[in-house]
Amino acid sequence: MTRDDAIYDVMVIGAGFAGMAAALFASAQGLRVVQAGATGGIDFSTGFIDLMGVHPVEEGHRWNNPWSAIKAVVRDCPKHPYGLLERREIEESLDIFTGFLTEQGLEYVGRKERNTCAITPAGTIKRTYRVPRTAWNGSVALGKKAPALIVDFHGLKGFSGKQLVETQQHNWPELRSVRIDFPGGRGELYPEHLAWALADPLIRERLVASIAPHAADVEYVGFPAVLGLNDPQKVVTHLEELFGKRIFEIPTLPPSIAGPRLRAVFDRGLPSQGVRTLSQKLVTQVRKMDGGMFQFDVGSGAARVTVVAKAAILATGRFFGKGLWADREKLTESVFGLPVVQPENREGWHRSEFFDPKGHPANTAGIEVDSRFRPLGTSGLPAYENLFAAGAILAHQDWMRMKCGAGLAIATAYKAVEELNK
Amino acid sequence: MKRLQTRVLILGGGATGTGLARDLALRGVQCLLAERRDINAGASGGNHGLLHSGARYVASDVEAAVECREEGAIIKRIAPQCVDDSGGIFVAVQGDDERYVADFERMCAKSQVPVRELDVLAAREMEPTLSDSLIAAYAVEDASVDPFMLSLDNMAQALSLGARYLRNSKVVGFVRDGGRIQFTRFNDETTGEFFEVEAEIVVNATGAWAGLVAAMAGAHINILYSSGSLLVTQDRITRRVVNRLRKAADSDILVPGGTVSILGTTSVTINSPDDCRPTVAETNLIIDDARAMIPVLETTRYIRAYSGVRPLVISGDGSDARSVSRGFSLIDHAQDNVGNFITITGGKLTTYRLMAEKTADVVCEKLGVDAPCLTRTEPLPASSMGKWTEPGRAPKSWIQNRDADDLILCECEMVSKNAIDSIIGNMVGMRGNSMLKAIGLRSRVGKGPCQGGFCGLRITGHLYDQGHVQGGHGITELKSFVGSRWRGFSPILWGLPLVQADLQEALYCGALDMELDHNTEYFSCEDDE
Ligand SMILES: Cc1cc2nc3c(=O)[nH]c(=O)nc-3n(C[C@H](O)[C@H](O)[C@H](O)COP(=O)(O)OP(=O)(O)OC[C@H]3O[C@@H](n4cnc5c(N)ncnc54)[C@H](O)[C@@H]3O)c2cc1C
Ligand SMILES: Cc1cc2nc3c(=O)[nH]c(=O)nc-3n(C[C@H](O)[C@H](O)[C@H](O)COP(=O)(O)OP(=O)(O)OC[C@H]3O[C@@H](n4cnc5c(N)ncnc54)[C@H](O)[C@@H]3O)c2cc1C
Repeated sequence: MTRDDAIYDVMVIGAGFAGMAAALFASAQGLRVVQAGATGGIDFSTGFIDLMGVHPVEEGHRWNNPWSAIKAVVRDCPKHPYGLLERREIEESLDIFTGFLTEQGLEYVGRKERNTCAITPAGTIKRTYRVPRTAWNGSVALGKKAPALIVDFHGLKGFSGKQLVETQQHNWPELRSVRIDFPGGRGELYPEHLAWALADPLIRERLVASIAPHAADVEYVGFPAVLGLNDPQKVVTHLEELFGKRIFEIPTLPPSIAGPRLRAVFDRGLPSQGVRTLSQKLVTQVRKMDGGMFQFDVGSGAARVTVVAKAAILATGRFFGKGLWADREKLTESVFGLPVVQPENREGWHRSEFFDPKGHPANTAGIEVDSRFRPLGTSGLPAYENLFAAGAILAHQDWMRMKCGAGLAIATAYKAVEELNK
Repeated sequence: MKRLQTRVLILGGGATGTGLARDLALRGVQCLLAERRDINAGASGGNHGLLHSGARYVASDVEAAVECREEGAIIKRIAPQCVDDSGGIFVAVQGDDERYVADFERMCAKSQVPVRELDVLAAREMEPTLSDSLIAAYAVEDASVDPFMLSLDNMAQALSLGARYLRNSKVVGFVRDGGRIQFTRFNDETTGEFFEVEAEIVVNATGAWAGLVAAMAGAHINILYSSGSLLVTQDRITRRVVNRLRKAADSDILVPGGTVSILGTTSVTINSPDDCRPTVAETNLIIDDARAMIPVLETTRYIRAYSGVRPLVISGDGSDARSVSRGFSLIDHAQDNVGNFITITGGKLTTYRLMAEKTADVVCEKLGVDAPCLTRTEPLPASSMGKWTEPGRAPKSWIQNRDADDLILCECEMVSKNAIDSIIGNMVGMRGNSMLKAIGLRSRVGKGPCQGGFCGLRITGHLYDQGHVQGGHGITELKSFVGSRWRGFSPILWGLPLVQADLQEALYCGALDMELDHNTEYFSCEDDE
């Protein structure tokens, strides 16, 4: 076990969207930041940043304007975490966050007042707020119903151009697909390998050569998201030059390239902002020290580190992130043992139909916070003066049904940092 | 309306119906089996898979014990591919009824069920997960049987001898002509189509649904529906079948099923056989009770729950499900003035062959066919239709026969694209809707920790690629597949399975918006540059 003698201003617990955003915002404000966390939603996400898309969930009502949707949800569910945020704060958080991604070579685009319709690998269309630039042309082509060709590859499972064409046939008649051999690739292919391979301009040329005969009469060519790992825009631009067509990416099923791309950006970008990252490590113990500071044990065995911080942001996600845990009787919070608002017993956690439009009550369980995003203890008062929470662990939201995953994580992280730094 | 003809029409594709199809086919009698959903959609796909030695019934039902002993031995002989002859043990723990324990050997002797007393320490050596508070242990000849392989193999041989099989065919009515059924009317619930079958004899082998089906023909059977739930563990906990040595109750038995173990079962009276589904309450009850016998059952990881309905035919005024006879009922509805209609229901998986034999005897007598039953001795050939249900088969085949272009579509159970194609290839004439579910029941797909979440999506892509599904249909079927896996998944959502369920919903709803209606107009956001 090693000791880190520094005293940090803030410990960010979690390395998903909320944790990454919190570390970014806090370091940008000049705070001394340490961050721990392992695999989370980022690694499995599509790369889309949803802000707010559906409300009320039981009606499946979709909103083109996320801001109106936020207003509506706050009106109807006053405890929704968006109720604690001003529009200005949400906008600012997303601007800083996507600005940072863009700076690091992963440009995000979208429009201010409107959600964007994006194509999913299932062939469904989802509303989201910010998409990687490399996906944008797909939404444009969809909007125009332009003649487009989806390319997929022998050996890349879980991505079927034909499925996209079939599910969209009534809506987008000029969508077609073709399956080809990836240049030099046979057998089972993985997005990350293909992305590496496409770093080589010669492979791109061969790729274009084998697709060109199928693409004569289309304006757009869509690919599974495998077009480069660190600088996808460069690959896309090169392909557009070679092809003379507009190119776009569609996310693949997880684990897709979107995760590694985002993670790579933060792995590069956060340390250079001075963040001490303890990556792939979890907080295993917390002690409250005299004077109110926290002491954390991070990681286990020989690799364990002890760090001290004046304050902390809990951004540990839900069940998949491991911020919440369940035994047969109840839901618990994993790091501090904070109270979790939840249905009375396990029978109330899930509905009998998976796709029940109301969503599952377990998914709105979570941590309640005060207006400064401090988790409440059993007394109903903040459990600690200097502990803040952000992201999916917050109660009274169902990001999966409301379509507010990454956006809510980023915006609440922003607010938590603001309050912490007051 | 489409109309088909056959000599014998069998209703219901469980162990009994498929066993009967084979029996008749072996006797040279033309038959057609029609099933509402697909093979083993009822109790035959929702049972414990215990090939009973008879020992469980020695106290309550000597006749059933004897039948099980005899039939169990026959199945082991004729269908070894479907059986894991693991042996079984009965154990009692502190607090269990010692009089029952003391009487056990004598009761077994009465039904000639072989039993051997074990030293409790020896028993714990044989099965180290047994509780240290054991007070008695006996070895018996229990085994486990793969009900899917069994029914698929039965059906495969029947098909090879000229029988026909229709899935997605639900009986919705009968057209009677005086004292006989002239036509049986069906509905394909996946397409809405209706059709009729004309047969000389109609056999109702619809298990728990037999009363509902018989009523459509104007016949009456009084059936009590007893639903039982079971839990599947991630790993195999014991080598042998382990029974609690006490008067039959809930959570008494742990049966190995290849790489997993199956724990159960409850007995809950329900109003309709369609109401059957495992619940959170039953899950808790099973674990709370069974941990006395095998403590690790408290902490082990569960993969899913499932349930089935026992049709308990009431002859007397039995009101408690467990005390009603579990022997089978073979009813000639000539007694209800329907001369060419027979019901076979009740019984056990273990005795399906005997049930089929007795039924076929009556059918042949009515048809005037003089052909002896062959199933008592004739081996049941292993079929390519049934083989993919075996755990370990797909991975082995992947490693041994892999070609360069094959891919693993189901990663939990290592089922490859070629394996899926071979399953589809074997379904000639049975294709149509609900392909994903059909693949699920013919293989291990959807049975691993992801419960179909990931493999369902990948296989759907493959079905689109191969042209087996079109338009929005593949998505509809995927939703239905995931929805039906959820029935068994939702009762066990704590610990890691809840983590998995969270990921599944993040993917299907969070990322893919699949809970929303995609048929309505949703393209109002135009994206211009
Ligand atoms: C399959 C999938 C698809 C998605 N698609 C989209 C999408 O299309 N659009 C969208 O907007 N969002 C999407 N998301 C959601 C998004 O990625 C985030 O999951 C969500 O925004 C919540 O983020 P979070 O940071 O609060 O939690 P998580 O992403 O769950 O992160 C939790 C973090 O906390 C860490 N942690 C947990 N316990 C500890 C501990 N004891 N010590 C230290 N660290 C700990 C974890 O290791 C992890 O790094 C998707 C998520 C998934 C899983
Ligand atoms: C919880 C439980 C555990 C059990 N454990 C064991 C065990 O360990 N060992 C053992 O030997 N036995 C066991 N049994 C008993 C055994 O499962 C059954 O006896 C056996 O499977 C019955 O087979 P079947 O073909 O008669 O009925 P089923 O398998 O129920 O088949 C009836 C079929 O008819 C179909 N059907 C229904 N309505 C219609 C319609 N209108 N039109 C067309 N088709 C229709 C259904 O879809 C179904 O596939 C258990 C039963 C249960 C419920």
